[in-house]
Amino acid sequence: MPQPLLSVKNLISEFDTDEGRVRAVDDVSFDLAAGETLGIVGESGCGKSVTALSIMRLLPQPMGQIVGGEILLEGEDLIQASLSRMGKIRGNTISMVFQEPMTALNPVHTIGRQITEVPYLHKDISKDEATRQAMEVLDRVGIPSPDMRMGEYPHQLSGGMRQRVVIAIALACKPSILIADEPTTALDVTIQAQILELIKELQNEMGMAVILITHDLGVIAETSDSVVVMYAGRVAEQGTVYDIFDNPSHPYTRGLLSSIPRLDSILKSVLPIIEGMVPGLLDLPKGCRFENRCPYRKDSCAESIPGIESISQSHIVSCFHWRDIESGQVGK
Amino acid sequence: MSENPILEVRDLKMHFPVKEGIFMRTGKYNKAVDGVSLKIKPGETLGLVGESGCGKSTLGRCITRLYNPTAGQIRFEGKDITHIRGRELHPYRQNIQMIFQDPMESLNSRHTVGDILQEPFIIHKICDKASRQKRVVELLEIVGLPARSVTRYPFEFSGGQRQRIGIARAIALNPRLIICDEPVSALDVSIQSQILNLLIELQKEFNLSYLFIAHDLAVVKHISDRIAIMYLGKLVGEGEGETIYQNAKHPYTQSLISAIPIPNPHHEVKRQVLSGDVPSPIDPPSGCSFHPRCPRVMDECKVKTPKLIPLKEHAEQDVACLLYT
Repeated sequence: MPQPLLSVKNLISEFDTDEGRVRAVDDVSFDLAAGETLGIVGESGCGKSVTALSIMRLLPQPMGQIVGGEILLEGEDLIQASLSRMGKIRGNTISMVFQEPMTALNPVHTIGRQITEVPYLHKDISKDEATRQAMEVLDRVGIPSPDMRMGEYPHQLSGGMRQRVVIAIALACKPSILIADEPTTALDVTIQAQILELIKELQNEMGMAVILITHDLGVIAETSDSVVVMYAGRVAEQGTVYDIFDNPSHPYTRGLLSSIPRLDSILKSVLPIIEGMVPGLLDLPKGCRFENRCPYRKDSCAESIPGIESISQSHIVSCFHWRDIESGQVGK
Repeated sequence: MSENPILEVRDLKMHFPVKEGIFMRTGKYNKAVDGVSLKIKPGETLGLVGESGCGKSTLGRCITRLYNPTAGQIRFEGKDITHIRGRELHPYRQNIQMIFQDPMESLNSRHTVGDILQEPFIIHKICDKASRQKRVVELLEIVGLPARSVTRYPFEFSGGQRQRIGIARAIALNPRLIICDEPVSALDVSIQSQILNLLIELQKEFNLSYLFIAHDLAVVKHISDRIAIMYLGKLVGEGEGETIYQNAKHPYTQSLISAIPIPNPHHEVKRQVLSGDVPSPIDPPSGCSFHPRCPRVMDECKVKTPKLIPLKEHAEQDVACLLYT
């Protein structure tokens, strides 16, 4: 097997809060191959954004810390990398697109300046050349008359246009990995379709790998090759998109997939639900994180954290009872 | 079909003045709602779908009379409530309630849940303190919250629970119609279905009518008997949920439906990606306001404004598009 482009191994990230130290990401591992799209799905507070920020080494300082694990970019551990080395990687090899384009853009600088900065800092080129490249990438993400837009400020653009600018900034140096953290959540469906289409096109064109973080299972099904399902800081299940949607094995994944209203569901029928709510990071269950909401719960689930078990070569799950659930031996 | 509608809106307009220049003169108007007509029957859910800025929330707020409409008519149970004021409005405020998107903003953070839920009874002078308190506990039980919640404050609850408090407040006075403005879009996926189930259950139990405003089409389809699609202050299509999803005729509705990501990796994506953004309602395009983005635009679309009329061959849906006139 070839070496993966990015390999996250047993990542643990913690935050200091007023109420104590919380572990937002706990033992998360996954590989990303070149050109692949990896979807990370989970509800708010499950640690999906913290995972992304850890890879970028952008955890808020001084509260956020990576306390364990490895993040290997082509064999180089980013956790050990110096700040200046990270500065070279960010925006050049790994780029990030954030959820809310208005806060990701600097309101007091023109669009042009914010994009030009990227190639100018990373490549040994003149300002004019950087401006030319910036215009090219603006044009590529579908912004009409880029030469005019270069002189405008973020507030003069619509939400969809702003997200295109953020993508343009991320792509200015043709990175090999793009991390998109809820890139379309703040946008309307028709604009979401435009942006997802754009990311896919650019991915095919540049051959970059994408980590797509979202809570929308529809977006995951449509765009991802492989999927990581996270719950309360841990990986619940991981596999190819077909493994996850055709053969969900973790009770949480099963619950999530059956609870979403679908276009072909019966009008006003009762939706299956996951009882209760996501536990707070300060009072996590001792054993399996999903234990207090799980319909298949046994007493032993509360005692220890389930390890990772392989279902197939591509499909892993973190549940004591996945075999029994699958064979129907334990019911609701 | 002969049943009288509980709510009837005719050609409703809500134009907000836009103040410009140093003298703050009104130059232009933001035509947030520009000629909308709709009907809701008792016990029925009308889903209202559209992109941000299309005026769907404004329409909801006009119906609850949080705004005073510029023109048109709102009839509730046959009576015109478009321009009534003050004391006259009281009985309608009881009958038409609202559930908001963000339950943190719509609940007063300095009041306990008990205070919040008693307030409707106090304002409408409905019952004495003892029966009020009893009723509050009943309400909490109906929405699935423990009775001890009365002494607690909104911040002590999760998003889903806060939305339950919002729902309890909305049903406190036994309303006939509830305007649900994006009631689940701020919630996590696993909580959304809990709230949807609750809304459906309450509707059956109390024969409530809903105007369900949302941008998530799968959610709207699940809960709505009929669906209306709004674009730039106007309705472009209306019909039964199933008809709209299977056989929508308006090009905008078609692209809106094709843009929904389907949670099934085997589903083949056949998408009609719309170019461009929603234009500003201050300066809408001439003719059909969808024409600059429409994949099937014709010359006459730029000058003629289509009306919402029943489709000839498909009586079960209304469409505002010149392709079908």
